[in-house]
Amino acid sequence: MERACSLSRRKFLQTAMIAAAAVGSGVACAGGRSPWRYLSLDEARTLAAVCDQIIPPDEDPGAAWAGAVNYVDRQLCGPLRHLRKSYRQGLAAVDESSRLLYGADFVDLAEAKQVELLSLMEQGRAPKEAWQQSSSEKFFGLLVDHTMQGFYGDPRHGGNRGGASWKMLGLPYPPIRGRLHYDGNKPDDTARTFVRAEDSKVK
Amino acid sequence: MALKHVNAVVIGAGAGGGVVAKELTTAGLSVVLLERGKWYTAFDCRKDDLRNQRTTVLGNAFGPNEERNPRVFVDEQGQEHLVKPSDGAYNNNAACVGGGTASYGAMAWRYMEKDFRMRSTYGTVEGSTLEDWPISYADLEPYYEKAEWEIGVSGDDGNNIFRSPRRRPLPMPPLPPNREYEILKPAAQRLGLHPFDIPMLRNSVPYNGRAACMRCRWCVGFACEVDAKNGTQNTAIPTALATGNCELRSECIVKEILTDRQGRVKGVAYFDSGSRLQEQTADIVVVSGSANESARLLLNSKSRLFPNGLGNRYDWVGRNLQGHAYAGAVGLFDFETYDDLGPGASIAICDFNHGNEGLMSGGMLANEFIRLPYQFVGWRAPGVPRWGQAHKEYMRQWYRRSMGVMGPVQEMPVFESRVQVDPKVKDYWGIPVARLSGHRHPNDLVVGKFLSSKAEAWLKEAGATTTWPILPGTGLSGGQHQAGTCRMGDDPKTSVVDKYCRVHDVENLYVIDGSVHVTNGGFNPVLTIMAIAYYASENLVKSWKGTHAAS
Repeated sequence: MERACSLSRRKFLQTAMIAAAAVGSGVACAGGRSPWRYLSLDEARTLAAVCDQIIPPDEDPGAAWAGAVNYVDRQLCGPLRHLRKSYRQGLAAVDESSRLLYGADFVDLAEAKQVELLSLMEQGRAPKEAWQQSSSEKFFGLLVDHTMQGFYGDPRHGGNRGGASWKMLGLPYPPIRGRLHYDGNKPDDTARTFVRAEDSKVK
Repeated sequence: MALKHVNAVVIGAGAGGGVVAKELTTAGLSVVLLERGKWYTAFDCRKDDLRNQRTTVLGNAFGPNEERNPRVFVDEQGQEHLVKPSDGAYNNNAACVGGGTASYGAMAWRYMEKDFRMRSTYGTVEGSTLEDWPISYADLEPYYEKAEWEIGVSGDDGNNIFRSPRRRPLPMPPLPPNREYEILKPAAQRLGLHPFDIPMLRNSVPYNGRAACMRCRWCVGFACEVDAKNGTQNTAIPTALATGNCELRSECIVKEILTDRQGRVKGVAYFDSGSRLQEQTADIVVVSGSANESARLLLNSKSRLFPNGLGNRYDWVGRNLQGHAYAGAVGLFDFETYDDLGPGASIAICDFNHGNEGLMSGGMLANEFIRLPYQFVGWRAPGVPRWGQAHKEYMRQWYRRSMGVMGPVQEMPVFESRVQVDPKVKDYWGIPVARLSGHRHPNDLVVGKFLSSKAEAWLKEAGATTTWPILPGTGLSGGQHQAGTCRMGDDPKTSVVDKYCRVHDVENLYVIDGSVHVTNGGFNPVLTIMAIAYYASENLVKSWKGTHAAS
């Protein structure tokens, strides 16, 4: 079910990307044909699959739906510019590891195999041939940190679509309480009622 | 064209420098206040959970500029690292008008009597330059009071039986209790502890013409949306400017302090906001750049008479860099503890600041500030995977059912923990950068372990089903609470400034900020920095004999 869902989403993304690419790549900071700013289409696909294992979709959205890839891509053209090479090498190494171990790209693996490979990376036991230029442990650390940031951080940075994670945790929107609640009257449960009344959880 | 001579140049518009500027200008002196950062208003205080003063994964929001201000950090293995301001090893304190006070959590502690007499209390400590202050709590008490009333403090330490005597209560009542307070207070009392309302530089009621705290969740690390958090940027500095005697020049980087042939300082050379080199002459120079940058500036101010930098005849400038080893615990509860009320931190105990059996030193304990979701990611119970379905379930289950209790261990000063100027690396303006090296004293970790066990016990009594300790590391300590690098003392051979914050061998040069702290208390240091600024300024004004300018 989830797979089907994410596949159709992937299809949608591809179409949207091609359309965006056709319009022009003025937004891209690295040039090239990808509609992303820095990542290639393949890199973005691999990254989305990784993000969805780090924070998987269940009754609440996963990291990919929430825009973690967009977050990373945007930051690689901003404050995290210095990590571009790590991402280029790292994402290539993820796929290479996947092909070496299972004979297929990371996105095409069954979930259990994806988790297995990520665990190997986390423990520094991913295939050495694929990780000659960088450390799998370190790169996995980056992936976890940035997925968390893209999922739990402020939507202005390109992730946490619609405040999805904040809704998941029962945090009221807007983030600055005073703007909507500045009446000095603060019953304890204002916050939670607000969330529930405003919009039920995003599926 | 030369800039107009003034009575005093104050370098750094933070907790110390802001107060000094206000005190000197209201006494009639003309002051140029130089600040390397910008002046942020409440309207451009981006409430950004990934880019603020506490969480800097996408940079720091209150300066200094990320690309122009590197430092060299030497780790415990002796390895050098070139670090940027958003890197933890940089040991940053905000660079903007107000300094750290523009975005801090704003706890407003008075140090205790014993905090000024650490050597007398605990004796000689091996591996430490532990010493008594040349001034006592009683000397500073009137100035603590002045800081509390002028800058504005709310809270109620009436139930703190360990506090040192005060003549006047705090000007504002505490904020109404949040849920954590309601849970932790009876638990502390059952344990025989003495909980009370944390004093905070925050308006709980309208004060000084500004609004009361609206209790949002964007507090520590951010500038206040309604300007209810009191720092020098919205109190002392506007007062100084209103006298007409103060000129604030922001985005100005001081290169060095200039001296004359008699060994007096005559002003400063600085780069203005357009990176043009300027010379500002003055009768007096006050250095208030915070422990790292004040030491760096003195060391960078070399001349024939002062070949090793100003105030550094005996190699004490930059020594004894200290901050706080934070220790505590996190607890998980089977009921909701989160009520979305800022600032979150509300209740504290001083039962363990001193008199801990068999231990030297201690610290206060308080509940943590309100946490944004990304910050909670780091509060992972032992054994919980950091990713995957288990992570997500952990977040959902515990974000609203957790509490932290933390406290700052009063550190033992270490002579080798220090600020130097790097022989090779220079900043954007060509000025040699700060080079930080050293480590904590082993005692800090012992006391940290003790404090964290007390925090765990408190959380358990409050109903926590799971608790785990948060322990400090052994690495150098000098971040936002940085102190100690220009020690105050009576003996010029073992200190940098005298008890009035005047550099021993330079008649018209002062250091007025956390650098002068001999020891740093088991508390957030800001109110002490402000009190010292009031105290030292008063003495400076008293000894003021008019300008030396030939006019």
